[in-house]
Amino acid sequence: MSGSMEIDWFPLWLSLRVAVLSTLMAVACGMALAYVLANGRFRGREALDAALTLPLVLPPTVLGYYLLVVLGRESALGRLYESIFGGPLVFSWQAAVVAAFLHSAPLLIKYIRAALESVDHSYERAARTLGAGEWRLFWRVTMPLAQRSILAATALAFARSLGDFGVTIMVAGNIPGRTQTIAVAIYDAVEAGNGALARLLVIIISAIALTILWLANRYGPRQTPA
Amino acid sequence: MIQARLRKHFPPSAESAAFTLDVDLGTSAGVTVLFGPSGSGKTLTLDCIAGFVRPDQGRILIDDALLFDAATGVHLPPQSRNCGYVFQNYALFPHMSLRENLAFASERLARLERHRRVSEMLERFRLSEVAGRRPNELSGGQKQRGSIARALLAAPKLILLDEPARGLDARLRAELYAVLRQVRAEFSTPILLVTHDLEECFELAEWMVVLHEGKLEQAGPPAKILEHPESVEVARMLGLYNLLAAEVRALDPSNNSSKLRVGDHDLTGPYLPGRLLGDRVTLYVRPEQLTAVPRDGKIGANQVPVSLDRVADLPQSVRLEFTGGITVTMTKAEFDRGRHHRDWVVEFPRDAIRVL
Repeated sequence: MSGSMEIDWFPLWLSLRVAVLSTLMAVACGMALAYVLANGRFRGREALDAALTLPLVLPPTVLGYYLLVVLGRESALGRLYESIFGGPLVFSWQAAVVAAFLHSAPLLIKYIRAALESVDHSYERAARTLGAGEWRLFWRVTMPLAQRSILAATALAFARSLGDFGVTIMVAGNIPGRTQTIAVAIYDAVEAGNGALARLLVIIISAIALTILWLANRYGPRQTPA
Repeated sequence: MIQARLRKHFPPSAESAAFTLDVDLGTSAGVTVLFGPSGSGKTLTLDCIAGFVRPDQGRILIDDALLFDAATGVHLPPQSRNCGYVFQNYALFPHMSLRENLAFASERLARLERHRRVSEMLERFRLSEVAGRRPNELSGGQKQRGSIARALLAAPKLILLDEPARGLDARLRAELYAVLRQVRAEFSTPILLVTHDLEECFELAEWMVVLHEGKLEQAGPPAKILEHPESVEVARMLGLYNLLAAEVRALDPSNNSSKLRVGDHDLTGPYLPGRLLGDRVTLYVRPEQLTAVPRDGKIGANQVPVSLDRVADLPQSVRLEFTGGITVTMTKAEFDRGRHHRDWVVEFPRDAIRVL
């Protein structure tokens, strides 16, 4: 086949949409959990950290299986979702968002925690002695000082959620035009012997990932002299 | 007025030995200096007062406000303590301009009032021209003044300074002292400052508190502490000379005298109440109270024969260091008369002898 191949761009758009949504969710959860992990003084803090890291080391199929159990149509959460949104969560594109979220959030939490903890404590102490409450301290001092690291971490989380395969295929499946993300589409193209399409998609996703990494490095945390 | 009775124990860990802070300090002076070597618990004391560290036991009062009380479980967070803190690195927020840094400290004020107070403070500390700059564009002296101005804007009841002169060159140091004197003159806020620099104590302190290994060794006006150090540790920290090991040989209260054995020589000193025969004590004589003359044969009462080890030129005088750890200062003219001698006798005036 030559030149005028009809390309289905749906997987790319779906992946971008999934990645944006899951990254937003991951940043919101990540900030809250990272704040608790970085500042909380409670028993089981490190145990919570370990539990949140677990998705990073478990095989994607295991994660997917857990998700099917927790979110499936027979589960309480699945039924709750269905009663609110009128359709099952599993094997919908929203399930792909959950999958991508689970793929990227643990890493993001780790990065944000490190970013928050790396802020020189004397700034936080100074803010406290100047009468700032914890909320003002966080938004006016800690966050601005950590924001470059947090933005860089968010970019990495975005790139990572763009590329989830294992969990996605377990909970969202491979339904062309509905739940087929770019990573799944590449697998599909290779399986179907469509080398040209696979190559094209691989190049696109590599270019996007490379751009994001470059941006994260360029605008990420700088070594500033004290 | 500050009253702080603190006890905090740190069990030994992989990096450090056990440490116990156990101090009871009270001061109503304008400038109080916590003096001690590194690791004596000075900064820890400051951090307990500021509320960064919770002591195990004790009670902290500023004026009539109770900040901490172990017995009743009161432990105010730093936000509610009204203690300004000037950090060693100044801790000016790097993402804000100097003006924004100052405004941060006065956010409870209404906008217009805040602007007026910030401008006034910038003016007072000669910072108006650089108010729009970020901390990394300020000179060391400007950062220092900015950080003190910021602390004052929060209207604290007490200002804590953690080794403010550490790592500063002589010019910046003098500038800092001038600024602190300005704070003393223009604000009624008492200052509690931590240092391991003796010169700083004498430059600034109205009241000096000497800490050693977590314990309060002595407190009082600096001149008085220099005059009457109460322990060997204090004397050592003050860099005093002529701390000599001695043994009490005789005590005669009726003549108000005592006999002290130093090395191979007996010295007559004043009566030592509370000491017993055979006690090992440390004897202390100020170098300017000793007289030294070249030896010419006989050795009189309260004289010790020594040889000259080293001569140090001081701006106004010379300091002679003899064998046996004896140091004498005298004028250059006096020294010139015996300049070529190696063997000397040092006389200990009876009433100059003090025992720690």
